[in-house]
Amino acid sequence: MKRVEGLTHSYRFSWFALILAALGSGVLLLIVAPLAALVLSTSFGELSQAAADAQVIQSIRLTLSAALTATLISTVAGIPLSYVLARKEFFGKTALLAIIDLPIIIPHSAAGIALLTVIGRRSLLGSVTGGLMGSAAGIAVAMAFVSVPFLINAARAGFLAVPERLEKVGRSLGASPWRVFFTVSLPMAWRDIVSGMILMWARGISEFGAVIIIAYHPMTTPVMVFQRFNDYGLAYARSVAVLLIIICVAIFVVVRFLARPTQEAQDA
Amino acid sequence: MLELRSLSKQLGLFTIADLNLRLNHGEYFVLLGPSGVGKTVLIEMVAGFITPDAGRILCEGQDITNSPPEARDFAVVYQDYALFPHLAVAANIAYGLRARGVQSKQAAARVRALAEKLNIAALLNRRVGGLSGGEQQRVALARALAPRPRLLLLDEPLAAVDIGLRARLRHELRCIHQQTGTTFLHVTHDPDDALYLADRVGVMLEGSIRQVATPQELFRAPSDAAVAEFLGMRNIMTVDSASEGVCQVGRVEIHAALADESTSYVWIKPEEILLSRQPFDSSARNQFRCVVAGWENSGPLLAVRISSGDLTLTALVTYESFSELGIDAGTELYCTFKSSAVHCF
Repeated sequence: MKRVEGLTHSYRFSWFALILAALGSGVLLLIVAPLAALVLSTSFGELSQAAADAQVIQSIRLTLSAALTATLISTVAGIPLSYVLARKEFFGKTALLAIIDLPIIIPHSAAGIALLTVIGRRSLLGSVTGGLMGSAAGIAVAMAFVSVPFLINAARAGFLAVPERLEKVGRSLGASPWRVFFTVSLPMAWRDIVSGMILMWARGISEFGAVIIIAYHPMTTPVMVFQRFNDYGLAYARSVAVLLIIICVAIFVVVRFLARPTQEAQDA
Repeated sequence: MLELRSLSKQLGLFTIADLNLRLNHGEYFVLLGPSGVGKTVLIEMVAGFITPDAGRILCEGQDITNSPPEARDFAVVYQDYALFPHLAVAANIAYGLRARGVQSKQAAARVRALAEKLNIAALLNRRVGGLSGGEQQRVALARALAPRPRLLLLDEPLAAVDIGLRARLRHELRCIHQQTGTTFLHVTHDPDDALYLADRVGVMLEGSIRQVATPQELFRAPSDAAVAEFLGMRNIMTVDSASEGVCQVGRVEIHAALADESTSYVWIKPEEILLSRQPFDSSARNQFRCVVAGWENSGPLLAVRISSGDLTLTALVTYESFSELGIDAGTELYCTFKSSAVHCF
């Protein structure tokens, strides 16, 4: 009897639960179905053929390294800004926060055009550097432009979560503002900064719109997927796409594992 | 040792106006005041986190009003202790030593010595996350004391712990003060802290210091009715004129054993006022006809407000007496209290 009661209780019909489940499954399906279909429809042969293609490997290497360069340079340059945005109140701060989010809301092809007017051959900067169009550096700049808000916002949230009191205690114990920053604020915000870096890197790797306007060649993998689809059809594009997805997922899993919250961080 | 001269600061709702204070070397000074009076603002000005609008801060004769916090050689212990969650206990305590360039070997020796003194040597390798309230306080104290600061600032260090632990931690604070001989400036809203810990007490009300005295002086002779009320004294009355043993409060004459010409206020503990239906003969020198103005719950007892002519008093009665006397608003009663129950200041 008891078991039956338990069962009826846990399976009691509820419109609320049903609607939650239905809507939730819909969203999950939207994400999982195309990815699963893509991976399942690609044979191992096609995949190993793509992996043996020097052009494909070259483009994956370029994509990962350009996004990584963009992320590392933006991290060094962006952390002080994130800290200031977390700690200081000043005139125009709200406007500044809105400006930082601009790259998220503008269409990325438009972002590419905008960048071109600054770093293209005929621009002021371009006349000095010889133009960054068609170069790995130009690709990294395009990736940084569209993805840096993710880093800044995550790092700012990380610094906001550090109680100001801890910094004050550090100062009163005789530490300079520099020392407090490197021994208290930065270590405590580090996890958020790392997840911001992962987000930024991922966003950089996936960038297509801005990158294709700055550089069709050398070819990043998202551009190559587009080019192969256009020139040779679905099957050729598919194997490259799957390869990139597998490599990205593998890297993200490893990085997430390395930057996982420790037991103490969860307690605190 | 520390001198605050005409310190003023306006910060949001807090106003500190023309505050003067002088701390002696090695003393335990308690700054007592209700929440929201700006005690933390004062601590943060002394520590150097907030710049005063006007006035000066001097330490050992040197003007430090504009020195950065790290140059002041003070240490702060906050109510929530503010331990560094990403560091082990030992690294927390060593923080100030390392910041001052002490070599790690000497720092470790000092940390161990302090930890043994404070009975936390067993915790040195622990993370701060799982420490109890008492352990956290001791770690925070050890961290603050490690660099041998000139002055220790304590911001409500006992407010966050429950009553049983509070008494023990209070005792520990006093022992640590005696052992180290450091000057302590402790802000609190709890008169018990002042009574138990302080060499001298400053009472801070509405942004300025009303009275500075030893705890004994303070509780015997508060400077005015507001200070007395804050210290927990009730039924405070302004005396119009007084002579040996008698005070005139409005048109009422009150017998007070210790009254003399200098008495300007009297107060009576609410539990020392008797209420009765009929007048009765006793040794108590004060007995008045009164009317009940109202009543409310006060924990295990009831607080009954009574008025008699110009006097308004609060008396505490048990629920049993309350129903036996049939107390309600407007009930006519007699109130009786001994002349020795009337405190004068």
